[in-house]
Amino acid sequence: MMYRWVVQTMKISTLGYTIKQGIKNIWTNKMFSIASIATMAACIFMFGMFYSIVVNFQHVVKDVESSVAITVFFDEGTTQDQIDEIGQKIAMRPEVSSFNYVSADEAWEEYKLEYFDGDEAAAASFGSDNPLSDKANYEIYMEDISQQSSLVSYLEGQDHVSKVRQSEMVANTLTDFNRLVSIVSAVIIVILICVAVFLISNTVRTGIAVRKEEIGIMKMIGATDFFVRAPFIVEGILIGAIGAIIPLCILYGMYGKIISYVANRFGFLNNLLTFLPAQSVFQILVPVGLVLGIGIGYIGSRATVHKHINV
Amino acid sequence: MITLKDVNKSYVEGVPALADVNIQIDEGEFVFVVGDSGSGKSTLIKLLLKELEPTSGTIVINDKVLSQIPHRQVPKFRRNIGCVFQDFRLLKDRNVYENVAFAQRVISAPNRSIKEKVPKMLSLVGLAAKYKSKPNQLSGGEQQRVAIARALINEPKILLADEPTGNLDANNAWEIMKLLDEINQRGTTVLVVSHNMEIVEAMKKRVITLQQGHVVSDVQMGGADDEN
Repeated sequence: MMYRWVVQTMKISTLGYTIKQGIKNIWTNKMFSIASIATMAACIFMFGMFYSIVVNFQHVVKDVESSVAITVFFDEGTTQDQIDEIGQKIAMRPEVSSFNYVSADEAWEEYKLEYFDGDEAAAASFGSDNPLSDKANYEIYMEDISQQSSLVSYLEGQDHVSKVRQSEMVANTLTDFNRLVSIVSAVIIVILICVAVFLISNTVRTGIAVRKEEIGIMKMIGATDFFVRAPFIVEGILIGAIGAIIPLCILYGMYGKIISYVANRFGFLNNLLTFLPAQSVFQILVPVGLVLGIGIGYIGSRATVHKHINV
Repeated sequence: MITLKDVNKSYVEGVPALADVNIQIDEGEFVFVVGDSGSGKSTLIKLLLKELEPTSGTIVINDKVLSQIPHRQVPKFRRNIGCVFQDFRLLKDRNVYENVAFAQRVISAPNRSIKEKVPKMLSLVGLAAKYKSKPNQLSGGEQQRVAIARALINEPKILLADEPTGNLDANNAWEIMKLLDEINQRGTTVLVVSHNMEIVEAMKKRVITLQQGHVVSDVQMGGADDEN
């Protein structure tokens, strides 16, 4: 909509003039412009940093979610048909990502493999008896780990279910930590956005004061509101764009280095921590960061110009 | 062309800057408005530019009632009026060419038109050779010529000049007056606010005298009197 408005309102020569004046404004108020660009850069840098942390954290949580299972055991004497019926009910739950049935024999085989590995004699002492004959179970993997407790309550209410085992602490910790990181990020970003809007507004206001005489001449000659205001809005947009491009480039350079540093330094965590590749983070971060920077610049300058330039 | 009917303007209630002003200026006229400081001359210019609204009364310019022009249309209205001021109001960081071209850029004129018109206008005011000079490299008279060129580049029907010779020596003042007369001869309606009575009398034009906001005389100098 804004594009159409600009095209309708502006001729190419005027567009060139407006952009030139916008750049000139930045140059004329160098110190204010640098302060605004620096604040904007800090804002977008923090945004980018928190975004990278949050998406990577969510990625790790997703990994953990897919590896933390709820185990459902059945009452003694439950028939295979009854177990299958419970399986059908589990399959219908939207929060379930996948589940699989582990028979008593499979459970015993797994147990032997895990605890008697290398001690065949001890395992053989059980002969053909299966000490886990009542341990047939379903292993359920969650789509979203925060839904775990509601699923557990549901399962516990089912007939023939003797016990539901869950790792509540892992689920709660991950959910709470994820929420905390998101809230802290949001608060810091909102504060920085407010500071950036204020500083851009201040820079534009100074520019208006410096060019007061020129604005007066423009009005006298018959310049439209748009013609008088547009260079200041271009100034705000340019400050926003420059303030976004610089930190995005720095973050891009840093991201790869930090990933390889963490991977080398904390090699033992490699199985637990898998980072997202730079491309998948920045294909969202770059457009969002640019839109944020340009948007803040536009809003800050437009509000100031409308308040201080009355043609 | 310009009609003021029962126009009153007060900045403070009960203290009129202009009171019951009735003026009719026809197309192609050259009119002086004279009066002491505080007589209402500048208020009159501001009303004609729609920088101020009258407290009461009607102003019509180019068949348009000023009070009926919506805010958005004010810039378009002002493009039909050229303005020249005592302090020249030039952009100090731009050269002569850019100062004149500025008025064209403001109305979004194409670059082709700017390149064609600006040199012609600078020739008209006798500054073609100084197009690269900055305002501080010019004399007062030359700066006022640049201001006149800027006021005329958009081909307005009316030229308002508020004390155009106020900052100039006698020779330059005369040069500027001759230039304004020449512009009037080409068909532009010219209204000059001045307190330089020597020039006003010598020019033998219509002279409107304001005193404490009232029109106290409206005469054609050097011809038949037409007193209000």
